[in-house]
Amino acid sequence: MSQIEAAAPKFKLTVSRDLTDVAYRLLAVALICIALSLVSDAFLTANNLLNVLRQASLVFFMASGLTLVILTGKIDLSIGATVGLSACVAATVIKSTGSPWLGAAAAIGVGSIVGLGNGLMVTKLRIPSFIATYGMLWVAQGATYYYMSGQSVYGFPTGFRALGSGYLFGIPIPIYLMVAFLVIGYFFTKRTTYGQQIYAIGANTVAARLSGIPVNSRLNLVFVLSGAMAGLASLIYLARLNSAEGDIGETLTLPTIAAVVIGGTSLFGGVGSLFGTFIGGLILTLILNGMNLLNLNANWQPLVTGLIVLLAVWLDMKTRSKTDSN
Amino acid sequence: MSEGALAQGMSVLGRVPGVAFVLVALIAVFASMSPGFSTAPNLTNILVQSSILLLLALPMTFIIMTEGLDLSIGAVLTLGSVVLAAVALATGSLTVGFIAALAIGLAFGLLNGWLIAWLDIPPFVTTLGTLGVAQGLCLVITDGTSIVGLPSGLQFFYSGYFLGIPFPLVIAAIAYAVMHGILYHTRLGTYVPALGGNREALRHAGVNDRVVLAVIYGIGGLMAGIAALLLTSRISSAHPTAAIGMEFDAIAAVAVGGTQFERGEGWLLGTLLGVITIGVLRNGLNLLAMPSSIQVICVGLLVIVALFFDGMRKAQE
Repeated sequence: MSQIEAAAPKFKLTVSRDLTDVAYRLLAVALICIALSLVSDAFLTANNLLNVLRQASLVFFMASGLTLVILTGKIDLSIGATVGLSACVAATVIKSTGSPWLGAAAAIGVGSIVGLGNGLMVTKLRIPSFIATYGMLWVAQGATYYYMSGQSVYGFPTGFRALGSGYLFGIPIPIYLMVAFLVIGYFFTKRTTYGQQIYAIGANTVAARLSGIPVNSRLNLVFVLSGAMAGLASLIYLARLNSAEGDIGETLTLPTIAAVVIGGTSLFGGVGSLFGTFIGGLILTLILNGMNLLNLNANWQPLVTGLIVLLAVWLDMKTRSKTDSN
Repeated sequence: MSEGALAQGMSVLGRVPGVAFVLVALIAVFASMSPGFSTAPNLTNILVQSSILLLLALPMTFIIMTEGLDLSIGAVLTLGSVVLAAVALATGSLTVGFIAALAIGLAFGLLNGWLIAWLDIPPFVTTLGTLGVAQGLCLVITDGTSIVGLPSGLQFFYSGYFLGIPFPLVIAAIAYAVMHGILYHTRLGTYVPALGGNREALRHAGVNDRVVLAVIYGIGGLMAGIAALLLTSRISSAHPTAAIGMEFDAIAAVAVGGTQFERGEGWLLGTLLGVITIGVLRNGLNLLAMPSSIQVICVGLLVIVALFFDGMRKAQE
């Protein structure tokens, strides 16, 4: 009885912590929206808002798999390059076979293989994840350039393009997909043993191993999921751009990591959520959209994204060290 | 040969670092496959081309020994080059341009150090963030185009000779000597592996580990500033993406050279051999008309193989 009493308040605390985390971030979204609607007339239009959500959905697909990896306390720096390789392979498959389904299978297959490679390097070769996936970044990028040899592939079937630019009841199709994956992701992370084991590994890997969780196999799983989600994102990206070139994924890694850390997932593992990552991607997209509306040159984007990453991680560390000492 | 002598021979061979085998093997392969490889001008060329990489790989060795990482160093080198060119054009003075490049490099290095040491942000995400900032500044300053029309005196620094030795090699030799001296003959040098191996003990010994970390990342930025002079001289211009990605070759050289990403074990001579290995690999593949995409894949595979053998050795211990 006394044990339960002792445990109960702790549980309550973590729940309220999650809620306040989300509340703060929703507040940030609201403030950014108010600020942008004040400085630009074009912001509060249905078109622009739907466009923001569509962009945010693309970030979410890439960042959702990465969130799982980061929840285990690891990192995947190869996301952007994986998107690039998957997109290019899928593009040529769709072009040569005419079948979007085969293209989709190719993209998700390539992404999963890259992810499995990352996972095996981390679990079998015991290479630190930041260096293993960093090496993979360059291998995948080199492979993409070699595969495309400077060519670009463009012009895909209308049915496939709907995946990126189509509408259903006036709402872009990627947004439906994002909502579906948010719901699936919520149940996977919060309501399945797999999901809880992912959190447990990130919170304390040694304890997780000692309590019988197959740590290596779960780590392989999250890296494969990260690659597969990058493959899925590449399809939507491809359908939206309607063309593929070797450098397609080069600039995507930094914004993806930004979305996860803005969303409150701790780089040390064990803390965070997919919903947080969704909001993180939304905040990032809103800021970049605002820069766009204010006619700020696209050259400013890496600078601003870099600053946002640093600021978000710093704020996160600050609030965490406060609660830890409490 | 008796069994004892064989075993002794094996144990001597076992002490020769892996990078030496790789280097010898690569040289043998390229020498047999392309006649242009083992000529004196080409071998000199490899060393000269490797000098810029060495300037980045030396501080990267220190940084990795502290269990850190600097993903921003290629972008900071590029920014140094852009600033050097822009300032030199604006003031008409290469000296002022070079000082500006050193200053911006040092500033970014210290910024990395501050974020990592005082704000406790993990190094890879810190330097990924500053990579974005530096790359963004390059694009904003140049508006995405090259800066050309620099004074012709600039060319000396990459293609000139000092006492009959190519000038970049002089710079590289001095840099190596200085970094070797710091690592093996100063108190700061003894702190470097301790930061990676046992930071807590260092702190208890009364060393301000934060200041030491900031100094180490600062040295990295400063070296990137020096490398900016060679790079700008090499291409006689500044381009906003000139050295983007060079951090990968630097990290690869350190990894191939046998420095560990954990436990604070490192070896500066190994890094020198690693840099020459990467230089030989890229040069040889170039002579075989392999596109740069294949070169990047090969460097990546080399790193993975090096880390794989590292892991095997760790498992044996």
